[in-house]
Amino acid sequence: MNRAEVEALIIVDAATTASRVRSREQSSLLALAAAKSQMESANLGRNGLNAILYSDADGALRAAGELGAQFTYSKTKSNFALAGVPVMVKDNIATLSMPTTCGSNILAGYVSPFEATAVKKLRASGALLLAKTNMDEFGMGSSTENSAVGPTFNPIDNTRVPGGSSGGSAVAVATGTVRIALGSETGGSVRQPASFCGIVGVKPTYGRVSRFGLVAFGSSLDHIGVFGKSVDDAALGLQVISGRDANDSTSAAVDVPDFRGHREVKSSAPLVGIVVGWPREYFPESLDSNIRALCERTRDALRSLGAEIREVSLPHTDLAVPVYYIVAPAEASSNLARFDGVRYGIRAESDSLRELYENSRSQGFGAEVTRRILLGTYVLSAGYYDAYYKRAQSVRQLISQDFARVFASGVHVLLTPTTPSTAFKLGAKSDPYEMYLSDIFTVTANLAGIPGMSLPIGRVDRLPVGGQLLASHFDEETMFRVAYALEHALGASAHQ
Amino acid sequence: MSTSSKNSMATADYEMVIGLEVHCQLKTQTKAFCACRTSFGAVPNENTCPVCLGLPGALPVLNQHAVELATTASLALNCIVHSESIFARKNYFYPDLPKGYQISQFDKPLATEGHLNIGLIENGQPVVIRITRVHMEEDAGKSVHDRFASSSAIDLNRSGTPLVEIVSEPDIRSSSQAGAYVRTLKQILEYVDVSDANMEEGSLRVDVNISARPRGTTAFGTRTEIKNLNSITGVERSVEIEFARQCSVLTAGGTIVQQTMLWDGHKEQIRPARSKEASHDYRYFPDPDLPPLVLSEQFISDKRRALPELPDARRARFSSQYEIPAADIDVLTATVQMADRFETIAATSSDAKRAANWVLGPLQASANASGIPLHEHPVSAKRLGDLIRLEVEGKVSNTAARQIFTFMESSNDDANVIAEREGLLKISDDSALVVWIDEVIAEFPAEAARFLGGEQKLQGVLVGHVMRKSKGSADPKKLNQLLAARVKLA
Repeated sequence: MNRAEVEALIIVDAATTASRVRSREQSSLLALAAAKSQMESANLGRNGLNAILYSDADGALRAAGELGAQFTYSKTKSNFALAGVPVMVKDNIATLSMPTTCGSNILAGYVSPFEATAVKKLRASGALLLAKTNMDEFGMGSSTENSAVGPTFNPIDNTRVPGGSSGGSAVAVATGTVRIALGSETGGSVRQPASFCGIVGVKPTYGRVSRFGLVAFGSSLDHIGVFGKSVDDAALGLQVISGRDANDSTSAAVDVPDFRGHREVKSSAPLVGIVVGWPREYFPESLDSNIRALCERTRDALRSLGAEIREVSLPHTDLAVPVYYIVAPAEASSNLARFDGVRYGIRAESDSLRELYENSRSQGFGAEVTRRILLGTYVLSAGYYDAYYKRAQSVRQLISQDFARVFASGVHVLLTPTTPSTAFKLGAKSDPYEMYLSDIFTVTANLAGIPGMSLPIGRVDRLPVGGQLLASHFDEETMFRVAYALEHALGASAHQ
Repeated sequence: MSTSSKNSMATADYEMVIGLEVHCQLKTQTKAFCACRTSFGAVPNENTCPVCLGLPGALPVLNQHAVELATTASLALNCIVHSESIFARKNYFYPDLPKGYQISQFDKPLATEGHLNIGLIENGQPVVIRITRVHMEEDAGKSVHDRFASSSAIDLNRSGTPLVEIVSEPDIRSSSQAGAYVRTLKQILEYVDVSDANMEEGSLRVDVNISARPRGTTAFGTRTEIKNLNSITGVERSVEIEFARQCSVLTAGGTIVQQTMLWDGHKEQIRPARSKEASHDYRYFPDPDLPPLVLSEQFISDKRRALPELPDARRARFSSQYEIPAADIDVLTATVQMADRFETIAATSSDAKRAANWVLGPLQASANASGIPLHEHPVSAKRLGDLIRLEVEGKVSNTAARQIFTFMESSNDDANVIAEREGLLKISDDSALVVWIDEVIAEFPAEAARFLGGEQKLQGVLVGHVMRKSKGSADPKKLNQLLAARVKLA
């Protein structure tokens, strides 16, 4: 396959590829071959952008072959929404075919004996699982610098971070290697790297996608999310992995609508009747003026699509980061207790049980993970629980109520910047708290459990800027409707 | 002065204060949060899956049957069952706790404010122990230290088994009350069929919180906790020994250290556990993987309506319904199976008193001799009831009935079939009796002469001879009449 052929294939969106494969117009192996080729051209490996931790080209090829055979002999093709579409999955999502190590030493070599529900659904839809992607260890970070195997680099400027923690998946999609990749979010780990890499990143409603097989960080905040090269890629990916799962008690028994119902933008005013909220707390005085300007341009585009723009207030927004950095570490301190060197992962030399724990965990966990475990252990300790954890949960309620009130007032979606800055330089944020502030506009949706997405709205100094859309619980449909229209209206300017 | 008399002097000045925490394994087919089986005695780590192994990415899903059993247990202990309870994580590191936390309930348990009448009367009042709470939790696995020479092994078959923890108020004041509490609790849990409540197999485990305070005072002293109690005797003995120890410390002017004690039932010794085990901060917080457990009023009232008759009520009914001594009622109501079997026998035989004698006599003896539980005895309740009715109706004598019972143990034949086949039906036919009487008079001429000469007391001797000759089938009443008539003739 020559370069021109590869480039012709990787610009085809996932839905089109799947449709061609289902109709046997295109071999089920073709898109995979292009992805493998692009993976090398874009240099996603260990010595390049370091976006990929494990790959399973043979397994993907086998799956593609089986899929092809199925279409030859079977007539039931409609279920294969991702037929022949190569995909990648973040390394904290359990897979049988490759290790699941969460970017951590403590899980070095660990292969899960079961597969995440989201991965099973991808496979069942005909997707070809090609690789596991790099990440901040256990999802703790906003730059993919906290991986045990080293940082992932931003393909647009490799002196900069791709964002995180799902940086590897974002880079895989940004380089065109795959059109769809799974990431996960606890505080913005899909939307923020999507913004930094100039692609689409969606975090669904809490409970929309099963967490079964997603290695837990902060269980009440964790979501599997989807990166797409386009809005439709992301919507299609999410469509496939959504739905109630009996293995996850927090997954919701809510019908999954067609997220792609508005993919064809037919009129010049497709958003008539839609109210877009402009929450003033997300546009502080201190906000980068270039980012503000792109958001305003986006707002104007929405208005000209027929949407009504309404300024709203979410008064507890500034409490979100402190609340998040209590709740998430608290849950993490408990979720990560199982990594003790006793049953799997690395086991350090030791003379006693206590040493076994201490040495395995000290050697296995990186600095940021250790910091958060300590923080979480502290806030749950006797005598501190009420002052920190309990209080944080009360404030979390207030943040949720802010959103509930705004959506109840007739606002359909909110428009905000995804991040306060564009992709920063590697090593630029050595102070953890400064790093934590890069999640300032995204953590609120995790705390409230509402769906959110980032899509490209322009560039500043060549670097992508993401606009964030937030919607009310289980209303991804409207969020995608606005995103489709916006993507269509912005056209090439979204990447300029 | 010997140690024991010093102790008894010391103990006389102090009052024992005890609260019990009982862990009880619920009788579900599968574990609390996964579909693994709960069967006892499987090959190590056979009954495990990613959930109960705590593998990365696995999530718990609550077993509905466990909720039903826990609700039933709570209602049987007179608790208020709450419409909303919360699962929490109890965090601590131990090799047999694969997630590094145990899913339990903490500040919002399933049920609270129950009470248990432990069947003792003291100072003219029944002793009632208040129950603080009943909550659901999962069991840990087992560490095995004696299997391999230089390392410990872990068996996670038990990991995730559903438990209820039943916590009493510190209302217990003596070792006999503690024993009675456990005995009563065990009986109720068995009655409502939520648990095997088998202390040896570990499906019922008791932890004791015990303190001593000067008699006449009301403040609580510093308590210690005794763990690893796997028999009622162990509970009773360990609290006596620990109480004596605390009293002698206090008498000597010392202070009690709050700590965990371990009981060695073989040596009847108590020793402190390593102090670290006592100083946990479990960092409880609501488990974000499990939504609040919400029970409808309908569910709770359905469970309440489905409660079987509890031991207290059954004893009371037996005492008013049947003319049986109180001590026998206690035995007959010891287990549901025993009580059910008795009631079927009583109803079939239409003579409860005689049925009780049979159950506590021949049936119990036979069950003991063959080492099978009484309720699994081969002579079914219906068959035994039929046999007793033959006796009640005067068709067989008690002696004959016992012989028939022996035949019934080894065959499935009914009592009347055996009675007829073996010639054990009572013979009240004059002609047959007259023949036997004549034979006996011929065989025992001396006794016969004295009897016929007016020595009334020899009538019994002659009756006995005839009974033996008839293998117990002669109707003694008729026999006596015929013998009396002979004297008149003479």
